[in-house]
Formats: sequence, structure tokens, C-alpha cells
Amino acid sequence: MVTMARFEFTPQLRRFTETPVVDTDATTLRGGLEATFARNPRLRGYVLDDQGHLRANVVVFIDGRRSTDRVSLNDPLRADGKVYVLQALSGG
Amino acid sequence: MTDRAWVATRKGLFELRRKGSDWSIANVSFLGEPVSMVLPPTSSSRMLAALNLGHFGVKVHASDDGGVNWHEVTTPAYPEQPAEATGVAWKLVQIWSMESRNGTIWAGTLPGGLFRSDDGGSSWKLNEALWHKPERTEWFGGGYDVPGIHSIAPHPTRPEEMLVGISCGGAWVTKDDGATWALQATGMRAAYMPPDQAENPNTQDPHRIVRCPAKPDVLWTQHHNGIWKSVDDAVSWQEVTTSPLSSFGFAVAVDPSDADTAWFVPGVADQQRVPVAGALAVNRTRDGGKSFETLRKGLPQLACYDLIYRHGLSVAPDGKQLLMGSTTGGLWASGDAGDSWATLSNHLPPIYAVRFG
Repeated sequence: MVTMARFEFTPQLRRFTETPVVDTDATTLRGGLEATFARNPRLRGYVLDDQGHLRANVVVFIDGRRSTDRVSLNDPLRADGKVYVLQALSGG
Repeated sequence: MTDRAWVATRKGLFELRRKGSDWSIANVSFLGEPVSMVLPPTSSSRMLAALNLGHFGVKVHASDDGGVNWHEVTTPAYPEQPAEATGVAWKLVQIWSMESRNGTIWAGTLPGGLFRSDDGGSSWKLNEALWHKPERTEWFGGGYDVPGIHSIAPHPTRPEEMLVGISCGGAWVTKDDGATWALQATGMRAAYMPPDQAENPNTQDPHRIVRCPAKPDVLWTQHHNGIWKSVDDAVSWQEVTTSPLSSFGFAVAVDPSDADTAWFVPGVADQQRVPVAGALAVNRTRDGGKSFETLRKGLPQLACYDLIYRHGLSVAPDGKQLLMGSTTGGLWASGDAGDSWATLSNHLPPIYAVRFG
């Protein structure tokens, strides 16, 4: 059996667009995100900015650790990794 | 349309309806979400709302039934930024202005790009001619970290012509449908710049520029440090120094059928952005700026600290109905060209824009 990394999105996104749980065999964060965008192309603009960078107020946790590369998104994924795409807390 | 209006706020889009002299809130869309600008229904009945979601970026929604139902359309996006491109990041920060003409919609943005849609917002194209002007890299932010296009003034009878106002980047005009652009802010003066740069048209901060549809060669500007007017289609600008209380402010509106009549909302100064003496007032000229009346009837005159931001003042096509909204959620209406005002609300979310239509 092949294990896969699993992507889940903040429930706050559901009021704007569909947020499927996606299992992917991608080995980097960007590859995994692309797999989720293939399921719902609208998601891309909510997570990444015009230049394909992680939005300033979006955070990604990979196996409990915050991702470190917001530009290339080259953080590695484990085959059984758990990835959460969340909103940073801000505003009033 | 003078009996319907829209109020874009920090926490939703409010539809107003008027019966007689009374305005009331008829509907709310996007409750809780920041709506940075609204484009009332165009000739095709489509209207657009620009959202600026705190976490998830700018989004554009469209309605084809007057704001009852909405669906997301395409968001303008900047092209890939070349490695050698200096200056601001090529990333959409906010849609600050939207106008339409003959089925084409224009969106002015922070950080300074102008986008065009010919299909109701389904697709957008950056105006590369303006974006690639070398002068753009000299623009700087006015109120935001990056420069932005807050005013889009199409020429009502010459479809190839349009003016845009930029904080801080002066006023730019195209006469060939966006193929080329010329800087046309000559005559403005920037008190916030070094003396030898004060008259540089490319660093002017026109807070808002409006054009009179009936006499399109006349444009009015509420500038960062004064009021300017052009009577020659922005070839030259003349300072208007007769306004009472203060010449500082953000908003300006011009009577659609009378270029000599315009309204301004003075604040103390750029270092103190509140009404003079805590009393909200509107300055109106009816003689092209030779003189002004200060209008206060119905406006709060005690301990009032409301600021009317760039798009917070609007006049209806009849030149009589006015709406004015503040950054602290005050909303007032006038049915007699500003002679008297009625309070619609003292506690809306911060108001970004009021528009009839």
C-alpha cells in the first residue's frame, strides 16, 4: 500500500470555495498544493499571491511544524505527512 | 438612478433605498467581509464588488440581479515579476477604484496597476503601457505602503480618452484607449516634497479627481495640500484657495450637469485628520471656486471626529441627492444639494465608498 501526504484546509475557507481533503504523492509543499489546486482551481488565489508565493496571512503546518519557505515552497513532504493550510490570526 | 445607492464598508456591502426623502438599508451582502469598492450595475445590469479578504487576498464578485445573488469571478492578477524589476512587488494589494464605460470595466489598484475587463470581470488584463512607464518606479504610497490608482475618469464623449489619479503619482491621461499615457498634473504643488521637487507632476498626491460629465474639460481635485481645478482637460491645473476652514481633505464631488458646482469635506490638516473644531461641515462652491458656502445643517456639530475618505462622498445624476460616509461609520444623506443633511446611521462599519446606481 502506498501512503500519501494529506492536505486539509481551514474551515474558514469554506464560505468562499470548496476545500477538499486531498491525498497526494507529491514530495514538496508546492507539489502538494498543485494537487489540491487541480481539484479546485479557485483555491490557488486564496492560498498563493500573484507571484505564486504563500500569502502573507496564510500559514502552512507540515507535520506540526510551520513551513519555512514562503517563496519556493520547497519544504519536503513525508509520504504519510499531514499538511494543514490555515489563516494566520490578525485583524479586528 | 437616484433612489438606490451602495455603501462599501470594512464589514460588508450595504444597499440603500430611498422613499421620498428617507433612505434606509434594504440589503446587506458579504457581511463581515471587507468590501473595498463597488461598481453599481452597468449598462449590462452586471455589478461588481471588490473584496479584500484579510487572509486570502483580493477577490471580485459579480451580481446580475442588483446585488441579490453573487458569484465569484476572476481576480485581476499581475504577471510574473522579472528578476530585474525594481520597486514594489507585482502583487495585487487592493482594488481601490472601478469604473465602466461602454461595456468595459476598469479597476485601479494598489500597487498602481490599471486592469481592464471587456467581459464583465470574467477576465482581466493589466494595462502594460502605464505599468511599464519608467516614471512609475518614482511613485510612492499615500496612506498605504504602495502607490495606488483611486480615480478613474473616462471622457464621456471621447471613448479613447481617460484620466487616472494616483496617490502618489499625479494624474495620467490616455487618448488612445490605453496604448500610451501622458503625465498631466502640471500646476499641482506638493508641500510634502523637498522644495525643488514640489512641482514635479509625478509626485503629486491628488486624493481624488472627478470629472464633470456635462463639461468634461473641467476636473476637480482634492489634493493632499489643497484644492485644484482644471478647465482644459488636465492640460493645466489651477489651485483654488478660497475654501473656508481648511483646504485639506480627501473627497470631492462635482455636479454632473454643472461644472461650477462641487463639494468638499474639509479636515484640519494632514497631521490631524478630523473635522475642524469637532464639527462636520461640507464646503460647496457654485461659481467654479470663486467662493464657497460652508454647509452644516443636520451634520454633527459637537465632538465629531468623522473623516470622509476618498470615495466617501457621492452625488447622484440629479445633482441634488448626496451621500457621505465616514471612516468611523457615520452616514448622511442630503436631498437638496447639501443645504441640509439627515443621519442614516452613526454606527456602520468603517465606510470605504458610497455610490449611487
